[in-house]
Amino acid sequence: MILVYIEARKGKVKKAALEALSEARRRAEELKTDVGAALLGSGLEAAAPEAFARGAHKVFLLEGDALGAYSAQAQAMALEELVKEIKPEAVFFSATAQGKDLAPRLAARLGASLASDCTRLEIKDGKIEYTRPVFAGKAFLSFRLKSRPQLASLRPNVFPLLDTGRKEGEVVKKTAAVKPDEVKGRVAEILEGKGGALDVTEAEVIFSGGRGMKAPENFALLEELSGVVPRSAVGASRSAVDSGWIDHHHQVGQTGKTVSPNVYFAFGISGAIQHLAGMSSSKVIVAVNKDPEAPIFKSADYGIVGDLFQVIPPLKDELKKLLAE
Amino acid sequence: MNVFVFVKRVPDTESKIKINRDAKSVVEEGLSFVLNPYDEYALEEALRLREAKGGRVTVFCAGGEECLTVLRKCLAMGADEAVLLKDAAGETYDGLRTARILAKALQAKYPGFDLLLFGKQGMGADNAQVPSMTAELLGLPQANVVTKLQIEGQAGSAVREIEGGEERVEFSLPAVVSAQKGLNEPRYETLRGIMAAKKIQIPVVPVEELGLAPAELAPGLEITDLAMPPERKAGRILTGAPEEAARELARLLRAEAKIL
Repeated sequence: MILVYIEARKGKVKKAALEALSEARRRAEELKTDVGAALLGSGLEAAAPEAFARGAHKVFLLEGDALGAYSAQAQAMALEELVKEIKPEAVFFSATAQGKDLAPRLAARLGASLASDCTRLEIKDGKIEYTRPVFAGKAFLSFRLKSRPQLASLRPNVFPLLDTGRKEGEVVKKTAAVKPDEVKGRVAEILEGKGGALDVTEAEVIFSGGRGMKAPENFALLEELSGVVPRSAVGASRSAVDSGWIDHHHQVGQTGKTVSPNVYFAFGISGAIQHLAGMSSSKVIVAVNKDPEAPIFKSADYGIVGDLFQVIPPLKDELKKLLAE
Repeated sequence: MNVFVFVKRVPDTESKIKINRDAKSVVEEGLSFVLNPYDEYALEEALRLREAKGGRVTVFCAGGEECLTVLRKCLAMGADEAVLLKDAAGETYDGLRTARILAKALQAKYPGFDLLLFGKQGMGADNAQVPSMTAELLGLPQANVVTKLQIEGQAGSAVREIEGGEERVEFSLPAVVSAQKGLNEPRYETLRGIMAAKKIQIPVVPVEELGLAPAELAPGLEITDLAMPPERKAGRILTGAPEEAARELARLLRAEAKIL
């Protein structure tokens, strides 16, 4: 079995978790094994049909007094119990903030090495070969894992969703033995971003600004563009962030986030190597820059040489028209 | 308060990466190496905690003797002590192996600490594994990707980044915390600090002497390939007035790229 950890926030399953589940199912079919989905916490029965639709043969619901507010320590203990009982060949996570926090904790608990943030899985000679970006995407490392079970986290927005057309299957309920007093740290409070804005790592379209944005207030133009396109977010280059124009959590690049949206718009971004590293796996790159020699044009699928302040207003209207069709 | 900081020597982010003919490792010649940028935030936080609460800051690095330069930099920034956990393995891309070395070194030789600080990830391997793994091996709570940290007595509170927001984690000490950009503004080393750092002896502890089993020191990854990403072809430049270019771009995104 390939067991997939399904992250849920406020009872709602994360899309990235379903992507990991879909990929697990595709690889499991090649390996001739089945797929389990693990949901931790209470009140998650309602998520089971979605898990079956995205590839699970079996859903494990783990409840317990220690599994309330998220704690990597408690969740790793509960997952270890399940892993020891059902003995999966592999355990997959999505490489979200929570997946990146939890997967290494479980890996160390099981004495297993971990393939973090994978962008490709292939079956070669009956074994899983993992491929992941290193140096923020300047190179790609492929490898096999020696330990069993194999642990991996899968990058969001990379693996397509599967539809099995099935909504039902076997649901196994378990109570985790971990006790609240064994847990030394947990989430006390969730502080939502403004208006529940989408994170750049989850966005399907990113409107990013660099030094060419000239002033912090001009990022409002990118907010407006983002307001027109669903599932989009505003990004920024390191120089824009270091100038204090926009918060660091928008930063794309080697000292920021690595993203792979469907479309990445780079406005006034020259294309320093450390920025390109963070966005070069975007499916389509659009660059708008005054300088025809800007390195960003070498990586862009579509480029406009011109003043971004003159391009953004008509672009907003065109996108609005297009999406209304 | 006794704070330990774990650092890594990594290629500078402006570096162009080249791959060796074995297709399994990067060419180190010609690369400039630096203290991992995220580790600077971790060290700065440790120094600030010491300034506020007293105690000592000790920095650890696992790697070859070439890592002594990054340890010297940490001493010049103000760390009290530095320890090299000497390891000839090079980059294994295996976070568990590193975490085992760190955890074992603390258990065997350096048991007294209140807080273990890391950068949120080592630039290059980009695993973001070692802080959580070390926490698990030592049975400690963790807070990763932290942008705000508060310590009161034996209790800690940290704000960490999650998708589209933040969450606040509460934990007891000792604990593991990994630093994200934004936690603080790291100081530069001063000339006086650089001179003082030269006088501090850095103990060298071979990892083979920590009491780890050979199997625990064996890399858990069997590397099959290291390759450059497929090069992106330079695309099309859209000309004309901004309105025309914008219209053409929107059309192409739907008609040609089949998105939006």
